[in-house]
Amino acid sequence: MNAMGTPTNAGAGWRHKHLLDVDVLTYDEIQIVMRTTDAMKEILDRPITKVPALRGTNVTILFYEASTRTRVSFEVAAKNLSADVVNIAASSSSVTKGESLVDTIRTIEALGADMIVMRHATSGAAYLAAEVFSGSILNGGDGRHAHPSQALLDLYTMRAHLGDMRGRKVVILGDVLHSRVARSNVWSLTAAGADLWICGPSTILRGFDAWAARWAGGGVPGHAGFTVTSDVNAALRDADVVMALRLQRERMDAGLLPSLREYSARFGLNRERLAAAKPTALVMHPGPMNEGVEIAPDVAVLDRSVITQQVTNGVAVRMALLYLLAGGHPEAVTNA
Amino acid sequence: MSGRQIMTADEIRRAIVRISHELVEHHAGTDDLMLVGIQRRGVPLAERLAVAVAEHEGVTLPVGALDITFYRDDLSLIAQHPVVKGTRLPVDPNGRTVVLVDDVIYTGRTVRAAMDALADFGRPRAIRLAVLVDRGHRELPIRADHVGKNVPTSSDEVVRVSLVEVDGEDAVRIERLDRPSRASGGASA
Repeated sequence: MNAMGTPTNAGAGWRHKHLLDVDVLTYDEIQIVMRTTDAMKEILDRPITKVPALRGTNVTILFYEASTRTRVSFEVAAKNLSADVVNIAASSSSVTKGESLVDTIRTIEALGADMIVMRHATSGAAYLAAEVFSGSILNGGDGRHAHPSQALLDLYTMRAHLGDMRGRKVVILGDVLHSRVARSNVWSLTAAGADLWICGPSTILRGFDAWAARWAGGGVPGHAGFTVTSDVNAALRDADVVMALRLQRERMDAGLLPSLREYSARFGLNRERLAAAKPTALVMHPGPMNEGVEIAPDVAVLDRSVITQQVTNGVAVRMALLYLLAGGHPEAVTNA
Repeated sequence: MSGRQIMTADEIRRAIVRISHELVEHHAGTDDLMLVGIQRRGVPLAERLAVAVAEHEGVTLPVGALDITFYRDDLSLIAQHPVVKGTRLPVDPNGRTVVLVDDVIYTGRTVRAAMDALADFGRPRAIRLAVLVDRGHRELPIRADHVGKNVPTSSDEVVRVSLVEVDGEDAVRIERLDRPSRASGGASA
């Protein structure tokens, strides 16, 4: 302990009240998340995986979309920190009677929520909630836009195996158009200095090529540029990490892909394609997987597949985020 | 500001040597003895105690580090949560005599939190407390078993322990606070 009466982390701490996307995090702030996650991992190794840090804090988990791992992961994370957890599935709430998102948030606040972890099918829904709610909003996925906790657990998992990500070739392969995971990963991986490649059918890359072009001329401060291509072999060559994304059939507009079979044949991650990557390349997938579509079943269970580690690390990362947001500076409004 | 120096590097060294003898004498040996430093300056102090014990007993005691951030009773009062430094216990504390080591004991709240944290790892046979400086003003029924120096202070003073491993020098100084002491931050609890 510091024997002074001064704050131990003046100037170097966490200043965010909400976490709506990773785009507002500086590299130093990402490092704070990573270091805090290390401490949470240590808690998960203990005989009693529970600490009293968030005792008395009400965390409400409000999910308007189906989810297993993210919702359960947040619930386990909050319980490990001794928070009181309330689960609301929109499908069984007053939302089905026509209650608006804003009214639902106000109701949850009146019921005593300090933090809301929220998932919604509409991009930007978490931002609207953050304007209404007096506590902290943690975005658990909004439409195609952002999934910050997933991007941070992906980065944490990569760093656990590869250390410093600067110059490491990371390929995100698949349905990036509909993927909030891909969008959030672009921000965190380019902040970490990775050599990021985005790969998929050209119909699915629209938006990303413009984004990459915008960043190419020096980009935005603190972020490296990235490469967008439809050439799977070029993307996978000497890759350190290959992350396959789920083909989001529920979001798939008609006409973007000729057929699932053709998609799988041309862009699915199988052993033959993976051979172009480094022999030690990590195989990742944010789940849930469509085995046989974007990833072959035998690839998903390779020794270098870290898909289950992503799930385990997800709990630790979400513990870190809940802890940091609970102490987030009240005046520091983010995502402006 | 440098404040009034109350311990020199030599005095700190002698205090650690003396405490290292007291530990072994009280425990009647070194069997099942374990040192656990409280982050942050308790950790280098625990390591120094282990070196001192090794010199006269020829036994290297296990040394752990305890981060009590998650167990603080004032966490909800702190606007910005402290950066966590991490806990590592090299051996299972179950059945051992664990000596908690910290730089300063003040209100006793840090030690209470440390005992809570330790209990989550198991059931030590006994928990003892060694501190470099006892500055009084306890708010809980807790006392140190081994003390480097007792220093009467007033609550508008702060005791600043500097250690080579963290601060680049060994010294203990006492300074006057310009503002009233606060509940949050790294108060010398």
